[in-house]
Amino acid sequence: MPVNAGLATLSDHMFTWSIILYSVALIAYCGEYAFGRRGKVAATSPERELVAAGGVPVVKVGSMSGAKAGGTDRSRRAPQAQRFGRLAVAATAAGLAVQLTSLALRGIATHRWPWGNMYEFASVVGAAAVIAYLVVLVRLPQVRYLGMFLLFPVVVLLFLAGTVLYAPAEPLVPALRSYWIAIHVTTISIGTGIFMVSFVATVLYLIRRRWELAIEAGRTPTRFPITLGSRLPGTDILDRMAYRTVAFGFPIYTFGIIAGAIWAEAAWGRYWGWDPKETWAFITWVVYAAYLHARATAGWRGTAAARVNMVAFATMIFNFFIINMVVSGLHSYAGLT
Amino acid sequence: MSAGPDTPVRTGDVEPSELSTQPAPVRSWHGGPVAFARNSWRRLTSMRTALVLLFLLALASVPGSLLPQRPLNPTKVDAYIADHPGWSRILDKAGFFDVFATPWFAATYLLLFVSLIGCVVPRLRQHAVAMLSAPPVVPRRLERLSSATSYSAEGAPAEVAADAVRRLRGWKTVIRTEDDGVVTVAAERGYLRETGNLIFHAALLVLLVGVAVGKLWGYQGTVLLTETQPGICNAVPLYDSFRPGKLVDGSGLAPFCIDSLDKFTATYDPSGTPSQFRADITYSEGEGGAPQKDALRVNHPLRLEGIRVYLVGHGFAPVFTVTKPDGTVLKDVSAPFLPVVPSTLLSEGAVKLLDGVNPQLALYGTFAPFAGVDADQKMTSLSPQPGNPGVAVVVYQGNLGLDSGAPQSVYSIDQRQVASGALKEVASAQLTQGKSVKLADGTQITFDSYREWATIQVNHDPGQTVVLGAAVAIVLGLLLSLAVRRRRLFLRIKPADSPDPESVDNSEPVDGAAQPGSDARSLVAVGGLARTDAGSFETEFARVVERLRDSPPVGKD
Repeated sequence: MPVNAGLATLSDHMFTWSIILYSVALIAYCGEYAFGRRGKVAATSPERELVAAGGVPVVKVGSMSGAKAGGTDRSRRAPQAQRFGRLAVAATAAGLAVQLTSLALRGIATHRWPWGNMYEFASVVGAAAVIAYLVVLVRLPQVRYLGMFLLFPVVVLLFLAGTVLYAPAEPLVPALRSYWIAIHVTTISIGTGIFMVSFVATVLYLIRRRWELAIEAGRTPTRFPITLGSRLPGTDILDRMAYRTVAFGFPIYTFGIIAGAIWAEAAWGRYWGWDPKETWAFITWVVYAAYLHARATAGWRGTAAARVNMVAFATMIFNFFIINMVVSGLHSYAGLT
Repeated sequence: MSAGPDTPVRTGDVEPSELSTQPAPVRSWHGGPVAFARNSWRRLTSMRTALVLLFLLALASVPGSLLPQRPLNPTKVDAYIADHPGWSRILDKAGFFDVFATPWFAATYLLLFVSLIGCVVPRLRQHAVAMLSAPPVVPRRLERLSSATSYSAEGAPAEVAADAVRRLRGWKTVIRTEDDGVVTVAAERGYLRETGNLIFHAALLVLLVGVAVGKLWGYQGTVLLTETQPGICNAVPLYDSFRPGKLVDGSGLAPFCIDSLDKFTATYDPSGTPSQFRADITYSEGEGGAPQKDALRVNHPLRLEGIRVYLVGHGFAPVFTVTKPDGTVLKDVSAPFLPVVPSTLLSEGAVKLLDGVNPQLALYGTFAPFAGVDADQKMTSLSPQPGNPGVAVVVYQGNLGLDSGAPQSVYSIDQRQVASGALKEVASAQLTQGKSVKLADGTQITFDSYREWATIQVNHDPGQTVVLGAAVAIVLGLLLSLAVRRRRLFLRIKPADSPDPESVDNSEPVDGAAQPGSDARSLVAVGGLARTDAGSFETEFARVVERLRDSPPVGKD
C-alpha cells in the first residue's frame, strides 16, 4: 500500500510541535526551579531526619516516601514556583499527546508500526521516558521540578531524531513485517525510556552526593554542577528513584530481549547469533544486572552502584548510536543513507 | 535490629533478598588446605566476585561486536587480517575473531555460573527453612518500627489475636503467649520475592544448559536451489555449507527432502521496497514420506519434527543457449549468480560448460534484473524487480582447470588459468534477453532468460525449547523478585487493665475507650516493616490496620 504523504507530513509537523512544547515545559521547569528557593529546605529535610533516625536502615527511608515529604515540600513552595510547575507539567503532557499523535499518524500513513528506523525509535524512547517521568511524579510529587533535568536530554534526543536521524515515512522490508515488531521494539523502547529516567536520577544523585560531602566537610561548593546540589532532593530519594525505575524497567527490557530472540528465531533461523546489536543488548543487560547486585553489596552501594547505572545507560546509548550508525549487522534498519 | 532470630542475614551490609549469603572471605592462609579451599570457595561465591565477573563478561563481549567475527562473516575477517597484518595475527591467535567460542570467554561465564550455584544452593535451603518455620518472635518495642500504631479492641487478648489471624488472610501467622499474659501475633508475607529470585537464577542455569545442548547437537545446513531444478535431502554432502554442532558426526540427520523449489516470488511496494519474499517448495518428511507443499516466507519458516526450514536469500540464474559451429544446440546452460548490490540485485557469477564442448567454455560477468548503463557505459541494474534482464559477460575458451584438484569458486573462474594462457578471453558482450554473441569459431551464445533461485537453510536445535522455557522462567522470576516485597507485621496484645504504659504508643488516640461493665478489652500495639525496598508499605500498613480494627470481628458470631 502506498504511503499517505499528507498524513506523513502532518506527523512530521506534530513531531516538531512536540519538541516545541517540551521546550516550553523545560523553560517552565527552570522557572519553577528558579523561584522554588524555599523548596530546598523541604527537599532536604527528610534526608536529615533519616540521618538522625540511624540504626534502622533502608526501611525508614521508604516510609518517608510520597505523601509526607511531598506535602511539606509543596506547602512551602513559593506561589510563582507552583504556577511554573503546573504549567510545566501541562506543557509536558501536551507535548506527549502531540508526540504520540505524531507517531500514530506515521503509523497510519505507512500502514505499519511506527518504529521501524532510528528516527521513529528515538521518538518512542523519548515518549517512554516522558511517560515514565509522569508516573514517577504520581508516586513522588516532590520531585516535579526535576522535570527540567529529564526534559533536557529528551529534547536533545528528539532534536537529533528530527535532524540527524530523520528518515522519511516508508514501508518496511519483509524481515520487519511481523507482529513481533510491536512486541520487541515496543518493550525495548519502553525499557530504554525508563532507563533514561533512572540515568537522570543517578546523575543528580552523584551531584547531590558530592554536594553533601562538601557541606559535611564544611566547604561551600562553588563549582558547577555540584552547586546544583543545594536544590536537589536528598540522596535517598534520588537513589530510590534510580533503583525503582531500573527495577521496573529491567524485567521489561529482559522481556524485550527475549521477544527479540523469539523473533530472530523466526526471521533469521537462530534465536541468538551475537550480531553486534544483540551483543550490546547483552552487555547492557549484564551491566544493569550488575547494578541491581551492586546496590545490595556492601562497599558497592551508593556512589559505586550509581556509577554502574551510568555505565549501563552509556552502553545503551552506544548500542543505539554507534552500533546502528557505524557497525554493520543484521539489525541494519537505521534508515540512514 | 528489626530482623528476627531466624533471619538469614549476616551482620554485614547485604539485604536478605539479594544475592550473597556467604560470609565474607577470611584473609588467611593458615589452617591448612581445607581452610584455604573453603576460603577460596567463599571468595568465588561472594557477591563481590559475582559483580567483578559480570563486568568481565560485559567487557569480554565488546571485541565480539567491534571486530569482525568468523561465524558471522569470515570474508570480513580475512580482509581485516590482510589490512592489519601485524597485530591482527596476535588477535587471531587469542581468538578475538571468534570471541564467543574462546576459552577465556567460556571461563568467564562458567566461573560466573559456578559463583551463582554457590550462591543459590545455600539460599534455596534457607528459603525452604524460612517458608517452613514460623515468623519471628515479636519485638518488645513495636513503636520503634518504621510503621507503628495502637488501638483498643473488644475481647480478651487471646480472642483478639485469633480474630486478627483470621483477618490477616494471605499472611503467614503465628500466635504466641508470653509469660505476662501478653499475646503476640507475628505475621509475614512476600516469600514469593525470594522464590522469584531463586527461579530467576535457576532459570539462568537451565538456559545455559539449553544453549549448550544446541551447540553440541544442533546443526545448520544451507543450500541454494534454483527454480524447477532438482532438490536435495537432509544429508551433509548435499549442502553447500554445513555447520555441525560439536557432537554431530553428520550421520542420522532427520529424514527430510526438499524435492524442488517450485517457484520463487518477490513482491514489491510501489516505492520499490520489497514487501514479501516467498519460496514455494515441495518437500517430503520421514522415510519415503509423501510429497507436500509449503510456502516459505520471511518470518514464516516451515516447522517440522526436529527441523526448521528457512528462506534466507534469493537471486537470479541467467539461462543461455549455446549453438556449436556444427549446429548442435546445448539448451539450458545456466548457473546461479550472486547478488553484489543488494538494493538492485546486480549479480555476479560464472557459467562453466565442460561437457559437450571442446574446448571448455566459460561466461563470466554480471546479470542485471533491470539493465541500464551507468556513466561509464557499463551495464548496471536499475531495480531488483525483473523488467529488462541483461547480462554483461566475458567469454573464455580453453581449460578451466577444474580437473587440477584445486578447489575453485563456482561463481568465478580461476584467474591462474587465464594468467597461464590455458584459458583465453575470446569475446565480451552486453546482451539483453534473446540477443546473441557469436565467437570467432562460429559458436553462438544466446541469452534466453533467467530463473530465480533461493537459499534454503535447514536448522536443527534440540536445546531451543529448553531455552524458551528458561527464558519465560527468567522473566517470571524477575517480575516476582523485583515486584514482591517481603514484609512483617507484629501485634502485641495485652489486657486493657494492664498497667504497662511502655509498650503502648500513647501518642495515637485510642478508639472506643473501655466502657464500664462491658466485656474484657485489650490494647493492641501494631508494628510493621518491609524487609526489602519499603515502597508503598506505609499505605499497605494503614490498610491492614484498618482491616484489623474493623468491627464487628469477622467470624465471631
